[in-house]
Amino acid sequence: MSTTQEQEVGAARRRKEDAHLITGQTTWTDNIQLPGTVHAALLRSPMAHARIRVDVSAARDEPGVVAAYSGADLADELAGLPSAWQVTPDWVAPEHKPLAVDEARYAGDAIAVVVADTRAHAVDALDAIEVDYEPLPVVLDMEQAMADGSPLVHTDAGTNVCFRYADTFGDLDAAFADAPVRIRRRFVQQRLVACAMEPRSVLVAPVPAAGEYTVWSSTQIPHFVRLFLAMLSGVPESRIRVIAPDVGGGFGSKLDIYAEELLAFTLAKKLGRPVKWTETRSEAFQATVHGRDQIQDLELAADADGRIRGLRVDLLADMGAYLQLLTPAIPLLGRAMFPGIYKMDAYRFGCVGVFTDKTPTDAYRGAGRPEATFAIERMLDELAAELHVDPLEMRRRNWIGHEEFPYTQIAGLTYDSGNYEAATARATELFDYDGLRAEQARRREEHDPVQLGIGVSTYTEMCGLAPSRWLGERGYAGGGWEAATVRVLPTGKVEAVIGTSPHGQGHVTTFSQLVADTLGVPFDDVEVIHGDTAAAPAGLDTYGSRSLAVGGVAVWRAAQRVLGKAKTLAAHLLEVSEDDLEFSGGNFAVRGTPGAAKSIQEVAFAAFAAHSMPDGMEPTLSADFVLEPDDFSFPHGTHLCAVEVDTETGRVEIRSYVAVDDVGKVVNPMIVEGQVHGGLAQGIAQALHEVARYDADGNLTTGTMVDYTPPTAADLPSFVLDRTETPSTTNPLGVKGVGEAGTIASTPAVVNAVVDALRPFGVVDVPMPCTPENVWRALHEAQGGAA
Amino acid sequence: MIPVAFEYTRPSTVEDAVAVLAADPDAKVLAGGQSLLPVLRLRLAAPSTLVDLRDVESLHGVRVADGELVIGAMTTHAEILHDRRVAEHAPLIAAATATVGDRQVRHLGTFGGSLSHADPAGDLPAVALALSATMVAVGPGGRREIPAADFFVDYLTTALAPDEILAEVRVPDTAGWGYRYEKFSRMAQAWAVVAVAALVRRADGGVADTRVALTSMASRPVRATAVEQALTGTDGDSGAITAAAGHADEGTEPPDDVNGAADYRAHLARVLTRRALTAAAGA
Ligand SMILES: Cc1cc2nc3c(=O)[nH]c(=O)nc-3n(C[C@H](O)[C@H](O)[C@H](O)COP(=O)(O)OP(=O)(O)OC[C@H]3O[C@@H](n4cnc5c(N)ncnc54)[C@H](O)[C@@H]3O)c2cc1C
Repeated sequence: MSTTQEQEVGAARRRKEDAHLITGQTTWTDNIQLPGTVHAALLRSPMAHARIRVDVSAARDEPGVVAAYSGADLADELAGLPSAWQVTPDWVAPEHKPLAVDEARYAGDAIAVVVADTRAHAVDALDAIEVDYEPLPVVLDMEQAMADGSPLVHTDAGTNVCFRYADTFGDLDAAFADAPVRIRRRFVQQRLVACAMEPRSVLVAPVPAAGEYTVWSSTQIPHFVRLFLAMLSGVPESRIRVIAPDVGGGFGSKLDIYAEELLAFTLAKKLGRPVKWTETRSEAFQATVHGRDQIQDLELAADADGRIRGLRVDLLADMGAYLQLLTPAIPLLGRAMFPGIYKMDAYRFGCVGVFTDKTPTDAYRGAGRPEATFAIERMLDELAAELHVDPLEMRRRNWIGHEEFPYTQIAGLTYDSGNYEAATARATELFDYDGLRAEQARRREEHDPVQLGIGVSTYTEMCGLAPSRWLGERGYAGGGWEAATVRVLPTGKVEAVIGTSPHGQGHVTTFSQLVADTLGVPFDDVEVIHGDTAAAPAGLDTYGSRSLAVGGVAVWRAAQRVLGKAKTLAAHLLEVSEDDLEFSGGNFAVRGTPGAAKSIQEVAFAAFAAHSMPDGMEPTLSADFVLEPDDFSFPHGTHLCAVEVDTETGRVEIRSYVAVDDVGKVVNPMIVEGQVHGGLAQGIAQALHEVARYDADGNLTTGTMVDYTPPTAADLPSFVLDRTETPSTTNPLGVKGVGEAGTIASTPAVVNAVVDALRPFGVVDVPMPCTPENVWRALHEAQGGAA
Repeated sequence: MIPVAFEYTRPSTVEDAVAVLAADPDAKVLAGGQSLLPVLRLRLAAPSTLVDLRDVESLHGVRVADGELVIGAMTTHAEILHDRRVAEHAPLIAAATATVGDRQVRHLGTFGGSLSHADPAGDLPAVALALSATMVAVGPGGRREIPAADFFVDYLTTALAPDEILAEVRVPDTAGWGYRYEKFSRMAQAWAVVAVAALVRRADGGVADTRVALTSMASRPVRATAVEQALTGTDGDSGAITAAAGHADEGTEPPDDVNGAADYRAHLARVLTRRALTAAAGA
């Protein structure tokens, strides 16, 4: 008993990752220097749609150039890039070559590559490439793209429609027929750019004589990169090792198989030398996948008291010019989330995926769920305003009561657990909801040029991607399990090998805490090994708030297996029955016999020496676990935002922001808070600041940090955070997920606040981002002014 | 991105610097590099040689001479912010400089670089215009003085010849004037969507003199003369200010870009001018 240590799970442990990150001892892919490396630079189309004829021969004569190729030169050697989620049987999935062969389809589409001894030489030589661009008609707007006679992004496809999907639950006609209240709105989820701090980078080192390749890539998904490089190149998977070293953020944008990865691999194979490519920030804006970009047509039917009867959702989702790994699936990941936390009689979801001459879209923090949450939370506020009911009261009238869990909602998802009442009560208290409402009334009465608005978001989201069968039923090519190995080394130190691949989240710390508690070893004795297919061969990587809820459970299960084996061995060594042993603080002690005990470290050494093992027990103390998740988990929370809106200039200032999240059991509260902070920043960025804008010719006009305006700390308020804790019932740890919650919850909270401030002026919506200009224009238009 | 290759030289006298410029029409001056380097990295310009002025002692620092404030072109924004003479004799400059970019930018960027770059969204050109500053240029033919009103010619274009260097800026004393730099930007640390530099001198209870210059309302900084005329001679109360500010966008040609549409900028110019004058006139 004397060696019992404090509980690790629940402790705000400092992150093990940070010391090397903040002292610059990092291994970003671009930092890796291998002798003989050559550097690739890409020529990208400046036109959004053009027939191209590319002649690279002059570039080959430039200083330092080793090779130069057009798309046509490599057409036979480069396979098309994969899209792994066939959302409908008749989807249109046009060929997507890493280098465009005869047509460029967005500004930034790569059309040629130069390889040189230095990066500077490679970039210089791009100027020597001769290209004939024959402009083709450009289509940028989804509704125009669907109209008859529209120019086509892919002529051969004969259509700009990628897929049409629809689902209806319940009796929609009955729900809408003679409903006393019907509200229709159109919301636009603007296009966003992830802006990960570290740009993409890839380095491929071949061993030509052995036909082996080591690939370093700034990716969220080293295991998928390995799989797809093998499938696309024909090189056996067993001869490809993929390493995701330190990765500086992804937010979904590095959940992809990129042209440059396949290109670098192919060039390394062709040239027999290490090939490196690192993205510039300008390229990151143009050629790394974008997020969101949906037009949402919504209609809600309700009773006179606000009880929701039905919801109709029709989406147009912009695919961009090509399908990347998960492009068409992203809007459909929101399919079942539009009902939010509310009960209703009927629900319809429809979605059309549309091609345009823009950068492809794909996952971006939340991936389909933020769009859904925004829509339903905005609609709840509209319903409340229509019926002159407080928006929190409107939610109470419709939400699932805490006694009703598990609750199968209208779209068929079973919410495991939750307590919306508790989170909301705590949030309103921290926020001083009533006090702010009183101040709002006063400012309205006084015609204060600076008005106060209060926004509510009572979100839920779906974490823990995903039961493999669920994925298979929906057309996804892969599974959703996760793998882990835990081994206690002869010295008693522990290695946890994980299949998820962190890029900022803090897995090393969190998983150390889980393992330390389970095995009763010190936190610092646990090493977490990840992001290298040679060291951690099995895994499905990190996205969809799955790492703890799926990967963490796998680690815990593997540790439990180790513990079980250790106990059997300890009993054998102590010559007692397992039932006589009590495990605590890392010690197996014989009950009632003081002094008769073995520590887990002693057991580990005994397992290594293997001098005396029970019959049939394998030496060493190690175990694997591959976890297939039972179901999703559904974190939730109540976010309240107060904004001050300067009605003269349109400027919005966030005055206070309270987030009470329920992410189930918390392993490390500091990491949870960090995830919420970052998530809020990104969600607020969508609400107020960011948009990828194109001009009429299809040029990205917000292609720098200066123009795209991601917020800095100076633009954000101090957040007030708290939690309620309702354990998940779909996994034994009771954990949910927190990676995306802040982003999902905050965008509607902020926009609801902006609209709330302006309702007395007749404003019912402000298009995102609610920049000063958009706010001013909405005000101006509501008051009948020509803006 | 990687700039096109260039030569680099770091002379220690203005004469040597000018000699390099005179000999090579494709050479360009490098001050703090905060505007020039992004241009080079995006390959929007490819000078043959960069003439770094940092070692030219005579271009650094602030002094007072003949009742005027004299600011060396290589004085950084951060130095200006901490200079007592600037605070005393031309506090409008300090107020505007405090809004320039972020700390890193202010520690590298220079007063002279900002004026020579002549970005109409830059904060200091409008301030120099409002203050009726005089630019002192040095070229192969010697020194010449250029009034601010003639210095800013067009978007990123000044009256400096390619072989001339901006050496220093002479600023008339405005101690005792009311002043305000009212800047509106989309983010906490960013370029202005619109900004207003205002100076008001009160005498005998009324407004004796008004200077208003606008940032980002045309392809160069512009004086809002209609506003100035409307306010000067009034008692400077809020009614007079509001009426005068209504003329703020007269004769401007605001840009129409991702930072703001032209009509929004015109509206902002009126609102911000009213706010700037209210502060400067102490109304
Ligand atoms: C992130 C960021 C944010 C910024 N935000 C703002 C802002 O909010 N407001 C603002 O006003 N500015 C802003 N700036 C610009 C900053 O103020 C720069 O310092 C300034 O525009 C240029 O000064 P510099 O010393 O860096 O000049 P450089 O970049 O070195 O030179 C700029 C140009 O002027 C020429 N030049 C420089 N000095 C001389 C000279 N003495 N004689 C002749 N020619 C010369 C150069 O040849 C070049 O063409 C920002 C810059 C950055 C990078």
